[in-house]
Amino acid sequence: MDWSRVVESVLVLTHVDENGVALTKASLEAVTAGKELAQRLAASITIGIVGANGRSAARSVTGTGARLIAVGGEAFAQPRFASDAAACEALCRAAHATLVLAPHSSRFARITASVAHRLAGVIDTHITSLDLEGGDGICALRWFYRQRIEVVLTRSKRPWFLLLDGGTHAAFAAEPSAANVEELAVELPVLRTNIVGIRNPRQALQTVRPDARMLFVAGAGWTKKQPDGQTHVEDAGHLILAFLHATNASLGSSKSLVDQGGEGHSVLPFLTHLNQVGQTGSMPRHAKGLSTCCHGEEPHVVGWRFIGERRAISLDANCGWTRGKADVVYVADAFQVMTRLNVLLTVKKSEETAE
Amino acid sequence: MANPLHIVVCAGIVPDPLQTLEPVVTATGPGLKNELVLPAVLDPWAASALYEAAHLAGKWPGSKVWLVSVGPKAKLQQVMMTIAQKAAFELVAIDAPIGGFADAEATAQALTDAIVGIAGLDRERLLLFGGWESASRGAGVTLQLVGERLGILDQFQGVDQIDLREDGSFEVAERVEGGRQQVSQCAGAPAVLGWATGNLAEPRNNPQLGMTNMHTVMPALQRAKRMDLSSNGLHYLSVSLPKQQRLTRVVKDATPEAIAAELAEWIGAE
Repeated sequence: MDWSRVVESVLVLTHVDENGVALTKASLEAVTAGKELAQRLAASITIGIVGANGRSAARSVTGTGARLIAVGGEAFAQPRFASDAAACEALCRAAHATLVLAPHSSRFARITASVAHRLAGVIDTHITSLDLEGGDGICALRWFYRQRIEVVLTRSKRPWFLLLDGGTHAAFAAEPSAANVEELAVELPVLRTNIVGIRNPRQALQTVRPDARMLFVAGAGWTKKQPDGQTHVEDAGHLILAFLHATNASLGSSKSLVDQGGEGHSVLPFLTHLNQVGQTGSMPRHAKGLSTCCHGEEPHVVGWRFIGERRAISLDANCGWTRGKADVVYVADAFQVMTRLNVLLTVKKSEETAE
Repeated sequence: MANPLHIVVCAGIVPDPLQTLEPVVTATGPGLKNELVLPAVLDPWAASALYEAAHLAGKWPGSKVWLVSVGPKAKLQQVMMTIAQKAAFELVAIDAPIGGFADAEATAQALTDAIVGIAGLDRERLLLFGGWESASRGAGVTLQLVGERLGILDQFQGVDQIDLREDGSFEVAERVEGGRQQVSQCAGAPAVLGWATGNLAEPRNNPQLGMTNMHTVMPALQRAKRMDLSSNGLHYLSVSLPKQQRLTRVVKDATPEAIAAELAEWIGAE
């Protein structure tokens, strides 16, 4: 089929948050992207909602003027492949959209490729921006080889599913109002999976905070021998946790530091592989980032590709983490700097609390 | 367990993460400069899946692990020389172009065809393993598409842990937002598990295991069918390295107090 002659229509797939009553922030970001794209293409827009109570969640997006469709009921309260895929398939079939946008959340990343396949469509994920190629064709930007190569691509086939990375668009915001929602009935397959719940990977502090303004990256240098010839892993742990407490920053880690746990070395007890940023870790987005005791070359540094302002404390000014990658590098002992920085931040926090 | 496990691990090969990558335009589309001579490794998250599969199979007697891998024969052979020393498996090789720029649909179809053709595989007992994302395309869709083609309706992505019970049911922990894990209980195979890092360290090389594996690896490589992966309507408009290079201000010889004061001001500034 020659899809170039088809008039585009946009569907934004969204889902509710853990409380089940509101759309997730990532979903609202996808709504913004969908609304902008539909306006530029002069295309119709539909918003599809998955969740136990989609009607309630739809109130926040009535301001888009989009057609609202939802799949609701207890079976859709849980993020589960079989039920979520069936729900999204039904929403897509009802919308007849050529372009399907959705947030790259864990819930939708689990199912959207399968839904695309059921609709005989194609899919691209981790999209960071959408544009119009030559005025009418749509092109998408994403990264390959773990954020090391930037690619602009387009597809001639439809429907085209696009999963948008979080933090790439502003969340849609409008005064909630009564919504006219079409609720779809979905025939579910036999459900063999039951969600038990959400847990922290260890009985430890929650140190991964995607919504934090700042990312603090801890490198393997924290566990190495210090000028006195001894390691001070416990002190390092206290310093890092005190900083996180004072700033509410999110904690990232280099691969080498996390891996030390598996190699039997002393490690920071609150670190897990979920803290890891970079090649085989996450690619978080924060306004600011402070790296400490991180060493390595370009492949390891991709973990803070999407950090706005970057500063580093390192003993090596020419290290791959710093030169050309950070805005400022302080050539200094991180133990000494962090000790004094924590004092300043604690005093400042106390003053703010007193006010 | 009444029925031993049949675990199929889908794992691609990627350039060693420490290599410098430079995109180039080839006759068939974008690729990497000197791609065929870059040292290659088994995709890191897929390697986690293989180690977890071998660990599980070792705990349940009679279980078997197949490794289905796509890539040029020569590169596959190079990678298998190492991987074969780390886990027991039977290789199913597909001779196809390397790289992240191939379309996931085409790759998934090739993998599905290979899995369907495995003699002795009981698909009712199938646990389909792989990495939740590759280190090349990094889309996180190939394994899901293979599962969909095989009609598997229990899929899990970003898996860090599986606890298998005697009756074949299992509990699985998947990564979700905020550094947390979603814990689910599944009635049992067939299921798809896209692994994140898991909990196992990389196994040490075992030359004896390598010799045993290579007896089946070499014939599998010889049998590998040549496939061209279709573009499926995918067009690349540009493929480039990020240009961004920051002008780094290097602060030397400042006291810890002065640095701390500057950082405190920066952190507090909105």
